[in-house]
Amino acid sequence: MSVFDGLKFRRVYSPIHNLDPRIKFIYVLAIFVIAIIFWELIPLIVLFIIQIPFVVLAGVKREWLRSMRGGAFLASIIFVTNFVVAYFAGRGLAESLENAIALTLRFIVLIESFSIFFLTTSPDHLGLALEQTGMPYEFCFAFTTAVRFVPVLAEEAQTIMDAQKARGLELERGNFLKRIRNYIPILIPLIVSAIRRSLELAEAMESRAWGATKKRTNLYVLKIHKNDFFLIVITIGILATAIFIRLYVPIPSLNQLLKGIF
Amino acid sequence: MIEVEDVYFRYPNGVEALKGVSLTIKNGEFVAIMGQNGAGKTTLVKHFNGLLKPTKGRVLVDEAETTKVSVATLARKVGFVFQNPDHQLFCETAEEEIAFALKNFGFKETIIKRRVQWALNLLGLTQYKKISPFMLSGGERKRVALASVLAWNPKILILDEPTIGQDYQQKEKLRQFILQMKTQRKTVIIVTHDVEFVAECNPRVVLMREGKIVADGEAKEILTNEEVLTQASIVPPQIAQIFMQMPSLQLPKNIIDVYEAREILLKMLRSDAK
Ligand SMILES: Nc1ncnc2c1ncn2[C@@H]1O[C@H](COP(=O)(O)OP(=O)(O)O)[C@@H](O)[C@H]1O
Ligand SMILES: [Mg+2]
Repeated sequence: MSVFDGLKFRRVYSPIHNLDPRIKFIYVLAIFVIAIIFWELIPLIVLFIIQIPFVVLAGVKREWLRSMRGGAFLASIIFVTNFVVAYFAGRGLAESLENAIALTLRFIVLIESFSIFFLTTSPDHLGLALEQTGMPYEFCFAFTTAVRFVPVLAEEAQTIMDAQKARGLELERGNFLKRIRNYIPILIPLIVSAIRRSLELAEAMESRAWGATKKRTNLYVLKIHKNDFFLIVITIGILATAIFIRLYVPIPSLNQLLKGIF
Repeated sequence: MIEVEDVYFRYPNGVEALKGVSLTIKNGEFVAIMGQNGAGKTTLVKHFNGLLKPTKGRVLVDEAETTKVSVATLARKVGFVFQNPDHQLFCETAEEEIAFALKNFGFKETIIKRRVQWALNLLGLTQYKKISPFMLSGGERKRVALASVLAWNPKILILDEPTIGQDYQQKEKLRQFILQMKTQRKTVIIVTHDVEFVAECNPRVVLMREGKIVADGEAKEILTNEEVLTQASIVPPQIAQIFMQMPSLQLPKNIIDVYEAREILLKMLRSDAK
């Protein structure tokens, strides 16, 4: 469940939390794009490092580290497969290693920016942002509800796991297929209760006249502030620099750089 | 025997749910753990079958430290019925639901059959044995969950909030059932804030508040001690309240049993009449 922990929003106030979610989202998208267009190690390291100030400013270091740890397993799989494939394809040891590290780092940068976004954006803000970009309200509502239910479901999964363990279920027993089957006693109650919960929610909403007015207004309206402009400028700056480097600057690999020094 | 030695427990999110709890529960004892929501009752009993391990301190079940044995091994000895039956029911029939744990513990097929019959019968569920647990009512689902734990005949039985959502008749059956377990020298631990139910059962009461034990003793003493009850946000049983509110009659203060109260009142009225 630690992966979920890394995405769980906690209401605290920081300059990053107060940013407009739309702008933050654009920033995350920009980081995504940059991470995709580079496959060399050095720019990815730079990309990883420039996001750390955001984490520090937002004061979510602990949660962020936890989500990084949550992604560690997947990251190690990515590392091993890339390394093995490159190595057996006949590329040198140093080169395969650098390549595998770079691709793993790319994945880590993706998680990093994703988790910064979710750690610092409240589901309500997100819904508001969607609404103000012209999404139909039904869709926004479904989205925010889904986001809000993730931690609830994670907690419920934990309780169900406890309840079945108390009846002698051992998840880590047996061969691969048996282990997957071990999860049936957990998945069924989880799905059943999710369905039951959603039906109840629907009834509760109907009885409170959901959808009675076609045109909705909001108590809070998102506005672009000074800090948001600042972030836009940073985003455009980073993106432009990245594209410029991609197009016109040859990027040395770390190996070449090291050879050049010694 | 369960021994809890100065246990602290902190959830991963930083909530300190237990702050130095020490408690010994002997074999054959009947204990009610009470306290307001969030007092740490569920957290405490989850330590008894090893689902949670102390952050500090130790928990021993029959002299074995819970950190050294698997939950599955402990569960054989310590049956735990969760508050919400929907968190464990998943089989197609009530019968299979009850057999699930027995299979996990590796009982033989013939024994499983017999045990399932026995448990169904004990809780009056025989007519539902081929029915999906999801089709049953809330109270019946709770009984299926209880039967699925009783089936392997654990030495220690933990019931988390067993009376929630049960009507008076079901509660009475539950009480009879617990008393029956007591005569079989089983340890029964219930977690509840149903004061009237506890008053009728008359167990040992452990009162919790904010992760600590604030009182521990006979139901009679604890449930009539206004000072500790206020601390734990619990109101005394109705009969005790009535007695407390008639100070001029000089009635005894530690009465929680309705029948005992009636005897006292009758005696008083008779002596007045003379
Ligand atoms: N899985 C969990 N993760 C984090 N905190 C929890 C969890 N379960 C319970 N808590 C917290 O621990 C405290 C004690 O909870 P609990 O033992 O369930 O109380 P009770 O059963 O007495 O109502 C509460 O403050 C609750 O919010
Ligand atoms: Mg509880």
